[in-house]
Amino acid sequence: MPFNQKPQKFNAKINSVTIGSGEKTVTFGGDSTFPFYTFDAPSENTAKIGVEISDMGLEGMSEGVKAYYEGASTMGEIAKKAAAMEGADFVALILEGGDPNGENKPVEDLIAVVKEVAEAVDCPLVVEGCKNVEKDAELLPKVAEALQGRNALILSEKEENYKAIGAAAGLAYNQIVGAESAVDINLAKQLNVVTTQLGVDAKKIVMNIGSAAAGYGYEYVVSTMDRIKGAALGQNDNMLQMPIITPVSAETWGVKEATASEADMPEWGPQDDRGIDMEVMTAAADLAAGSDAVILRHPESVKTISKMIKALA
Amino acid sequence: MALNGIQIFKLTPKKNCKECGCPTCMAFAMKVAQGAMQIEQCPHMSDEALASLSEATAPPMKTIKIGTGEGEFTLGGETVLFRHEKTFVSKTRYAVALCTDMSDAEVEAKLAEIPVVDYERIGERMHVELVYVNCGEGADAAAYTALVEKAKGLGRTLVLGCTDPEIAKAALEVCKDGKPVLNGANASNYEAMNAVATEAGVVLGVSGNDINELYDTVAALEKLGNKNLVLDTTGADVKETFKNTVLVRRAALKDQDRTFGYPSLVNLVKLAKGDKHLQAAYASLFTMKYGSIVVMEQMTYAEALPLFGLRQNVFTDPQKPMKVEPGIYPLNGADENSLVVTTVDFALTYFVVSGELERSGVPLNLVINDAGGLSVLTSWAAGKFSGTSISNYIKENVEPKVKCRKLVIPGKVAVLKGDLEAKLPGWEIIVGPREAVQLVKFLKDMQA
Ligand code: B12
Ligand code: SF4
Repeated sequence: MPFNQKPQKFNAKINSVTIGSGEKTVTFGGDSTFPFYTFDAPSENTAKIGVEISDMGLEGMSEGVKAYYEGASTMGEIAKKAAAMEGADFVALILEGGDPNGENKPVEDLIAVVKEVAEAVDCPLVVEGCKNVEKDAELLPKVAEALQGRNALILSEKEENYKAIGAAAGLAYNQIVGAESAVDINLAKQLNVVTTQLGVDAKKIVMNIGSAAAGYGYEYVVSTMDRIKGAALGQNDNMLQMPIITPVSAETWGVKEATASEADMPEWGPQDDRGIDMEVMTAAADLAAGSDAVILRHPESVKTISKMIKALA
Repeated sequence: MALNGIQIFKLTPKKNCKECGCPTCMAFAMKVAQGAMQIEQCPHMSDEALASLSEATAPPMKTIKIGTGEGEFTLGGETVLFRHEKTFVSKTRYAVALCTDMSDAEVEAKLAEIPVVDYERIGERMHVELVYVNCGEGADAAAYTALVEKAKGLGRTLVLGCTDPEIAKAALEVCKDGKPVLNGANASNYEAMNAVATEAGVVLGVSGNDINELYDTVAALEKLGNKNLVLDTTGADVKETFKNTVLVRRAALKDQDRTFGYPSLVNLVKLAKGDKHLQAAYASLFTMKYGSIVVMEQMTYAEALPLFGLRQNVFTDPQKPMKVEPGIYPLNGADENSLVVTTVDFALTYFVVSGELERSGVPLNLVINDAGGLSVLTSWAAGKFSGTSISNYIKENVEPKVKCRKLVIPGKVAVLKGDLEAKLPGWEIIVGPREAVQLVKFLKDMQA
């Protein structure tokens, strides 16, 4: 008896959500199979890669990242180089300087950065807040306002501030809403439900279901994504059919494997290599579990993951 | 797979003799179907019936053992496709590849590099468990056997990549006692390779030009009586390899097709030679999806740290978090006057934090709170690592034993400072850094 290949067909798909405007747009989602299962049904749209830049400039970035941006001194120049990275589909600006427990930059300063970046590049934009729920509730609506017409993805509204951010980004300024929850399928669904109840179109939501670096509680990320894709496709749950975006770099470049210097850990070898592999392996695992887009930092990681996505398409 | 009661009943002797303790054969069959009784508990079952039942109730994926002693590993035996359904049981094992095509210097460099990665992570030894020894085109038995001998010197379990039965036979002569895998059977040589592997008593690796040929060759080998197999699912490119690897596992577990019920082997050297970061990405992909053995060109700390961490996560029991016992852990020769540092009882956090604290060399008392086995922010968000829980624990367990009144808390819960100051009169509350890796510098600066 020959092998009987049984394809797994689903009568449901992940929503296609387009960000960006004009010539340059990028679409997340659209497939009706588990990630890279092109043998079940052809893929309509491959996973996408964003390059992370921060309002804090190159402070705290690894040597390899700094080397790539050499010569770029303003945020506009940094953004241009990010957009030009081999394999990049969009630019993701993280406004970490807004954190009240950190630099606590005023909202106006951050909006100025957003505007500078938006003027410098015409590629699709993702803007991430500072993670503090109160500050983001104030900051992200202003970001949404400043980026009118760009059809940008605003990351993220959370359970605690979804009303302010969801309404501004999704309704008032017609951007794409990023809904962030903490590695749990029920929380992810709940946030999508309440966001749509505000009146936001379900097809204009992208989820960040939470992330972790490989080795750091990552099993929950795997299972949450597995279960979300299973419910979205297998049970046609339209409150879980939003594409998933995963900010990888912000997690991976903070762990010891990436931050310990070679002087401190001589047997571990070059620091940049460790940081790249931590970023690459976490991103590959995210994509295998269900991320439709990942946000990365190092040019080598962007190039590598882009190769992997193309090779599996 | 599992037979129902009626199907099992058809196989019973239908004597209703009650010797099994059941009133009727039908009742017995029902119990067996539920898993409450074993078929062997009926003394009158015929051999044919037993054989067909054990076939039908066999697990969908075989468990294959390779190696000996410390280098013994089980592969396969999985029952689910997703880890939230049930724990994955057999970890992916990684092999670093050697090849007869390499120069002596390259081989020596690899042999020196492989043992460098060897460390512990949360109680588990992390090292390169397997060495893949490839017989390149044109190599003869002497050259290949010499390389196998060298690789054997590392004391790791070997996987021989060799499609020539004569050469394989010679190589096995020098290493079969270590129970290596002989990866080399295909549609054109499987009979001879089968003889070599069975004679040496080792697991045989099977490959095919495509998934159908692989299937037919496995079926042919099973017909010859060999069920001690590993399937080399490596295809022409990563796309085909991913397809093969997923389909083999899915056919076995979802569709009960036992011909594919074997562990898989994925050779990344064939897919991304010379591109170490791409191999890193693929190693992660095949750890997530169904690679039992993954062969790579190199495993330095850069690859090992994230990969072994990922593997440890993916293969944990989804039902229970890994915890450590709450209590006071004196480090670096601490006494009652040493600084107090606190964190949660999540094993990963404890492991990361205690490692850094030890590295600092500063004597201190590490106080582990009962935080439900959750990470710092998770337990804080869940209300299990709060001003109240920490202060109660300190008052009850630490104050009677420790004289120092300085407490360092994790930077991620800096918000607890005020609350703790109010609840722990006499204590100085110090907010530590956000990441454990910054602790060494932080503690040294504090002492200065
Ligand atoms: C895995 C995970 C879970 C798992 C739990 C796994 C576990 N055993 O903890 C599950 C799925 C169960 C979970 C649940 C929840 N989670 Co959760 N979870 C995570 C995740 C993805 C990883 C956590 C992890 O393992 N980190 C690794 C460990 C090692 O980190 P750590 O303990 O913080 O230790 C580091 C530092 O703190 C420092 N450190 C530790 N101790 C000390 C001590 C000193 C003195 C110093 C100086 C430093 C230091 O060193 C370590 C390494 O650098 C994080 C997001 C993330 N990427 O971090 C969210 C996260 C922690 N979870 C979050 C939330 C909200 C929750 C829930 C409350 C959600 C809900 N509403 O139900 C629940 C609560 C749990 C419950 N009710 O039972 C939030 C917390 C938000 C916040 N800022 O408050 C996070 C940050 C996600 C997010 N971005 O929203 N979660
Ligand atoms: S012992 Fe066997 S034959 Fe006798 S009743 Fe039980 S099942 Fe039937």
